[in-house]
Amino acid sequence: MASDKIKTLTDSNFEEETKTGVVLVDFWAEWCGPCRRIAPIVEQLATDYEGRATIGKMNVDENPNIPTSRFQVRGIPTLVVLKNGKLEETLVGLAPKEEIARLIEKHL
Amino acid sequence: MADRQVVIIGSGPAGLTAALYTARANLKPLLIEGLEAGGQLMLTTMVENWPGFRDGIMGPELMSVMREQAQRFGAEILGGDVTSVNLRRRPFTITLADSPVVTTDSLIIATGASARWLDIGSDRRLSGHGVSTCATCDGYFFRGKPIAVVGGGDSAMEEAIYLTRFASKVSVIHRRDSLRASKIMQDKAFANPKIEFVWDSEIAEVKDVAKGEVTGVVVRNLKTGKLSEVALDGVFIAIGHTPNTALFKGQIELDANGYIVTHDGSHTNVPGVFAAGDVQDHVYRQAVTAAGSGCMAAIDAEHYLDNVPEDVTKPEETIARQNP
Repeated sequence: MASDKIKTLTDSNFEEETKTGVVLVDFWAEWCGPCRRIAPIVEQLATDYEGRATIGKMNVDENPNIPTSRFQVRGIPTLVVLKNGKLEETLVGLAPKEEIARLIEKHL
Repeated sequence: MADRQVVIIGSGPAGLTAALYTARANLKPLLIEGLEAGGQLMLTTMVENWPGFRDGIMGPELMSVMREQAQRFGAEILGGDVTSVNLRRRPFTITLADSPVVTTDSLIIATGASARWLDIGSDRRLSGHGVSTCATCDGYFFRGKPIAVVGGGDSAMEEAIYLTRFASKVSVIHRRDSLRASKIMQDKAFANPKIEFVWDSEIAEVKDVAKGEVTGVVVRNLKTGKLSEVALDGVFIAIGHTPNTALFKGQIELDANGYIVTHDGSHTNVPGVFAAGDVQDHVYRQAVTAAGSGCMAAIDAEHYLDNVPEDVTKPEETIARQNP
């Protein structure tokens, strides 16, 4: 049920796609149960923030570099907020929609 | 008049079975999923002891079909978290994070239990940076690296064995000199060449909070009091669970460990409020027993709604008596 409002981020397009504006990245994998719980929340956020922030998902299985090397992700789901390419917020584990929205709002 | 005849809080096997049965009894249940939707089975891989699946079924898959089955009979499922409940007045009121307040004649509590942490601070602060309570979620990040598992029960052994798929070495750190785990799990763990045991010990500190990543642990030997440092990249905590009952504290009878006290099936001390699954069971804690108790709660709620007594015990008085 991937929404077309969600950007699929990869090791190769990450720099380009996150270099400007506010970007929320959801690090996830197929085998991660809790990631399935957060997926619909991220989809809602993609609708709520359309045109104001980029909402992206990055599969840690398919992208071995950026998640673990640049962001030291050691557990998923992990969400990060970037502004103009700079890491501003990291949120590990499950969180309600309002809490994630607050982190995006802070940097808009 | 209440909005609902029955509301169920929680969406593990207990909550979804209660939803299935109350839906089939035409009570039009509303089930509120909670943040950890699907419950603990969402954190597992293959479930081999759910009857009827000869070759096992993946935990998240089982939860997803259980959810669809409840919906097929008309259970309404709402995402999000309950922020407070009022069980002192009738109908009961349920307040949610971002939906309108719901009132209900009966309530089934199936909020389950969540993994316990160590209570040393540094473990929590490094959560997601090398400390985890979910081997199936996070084992992947420790390929070829040494890690520790804390605990001596079945789930600790299961995690340790699972993690040997990724890790170069798994040190099981346990407070005693023998395991609580079942014989079959012990045998499997002892036979695994990648697993070593650190007996009579606990973690005093996870390092390195300042660096924001796990570089090692300080281990305290409980017999000698001696501290030693072990370099490793990850710590998996499997020391049991705590029931998710914070919402109900002071309104419903809890035991010393915070579990809801049930009697005569799924009844709590508040008439019209029922509890099912791990939130009231620290003994069996199986998917199948949780589902069974969810069914009991549904039937108990149905009977309650059929014969709501004229003079329902006032919950305030009951509470006052139990928590003076």
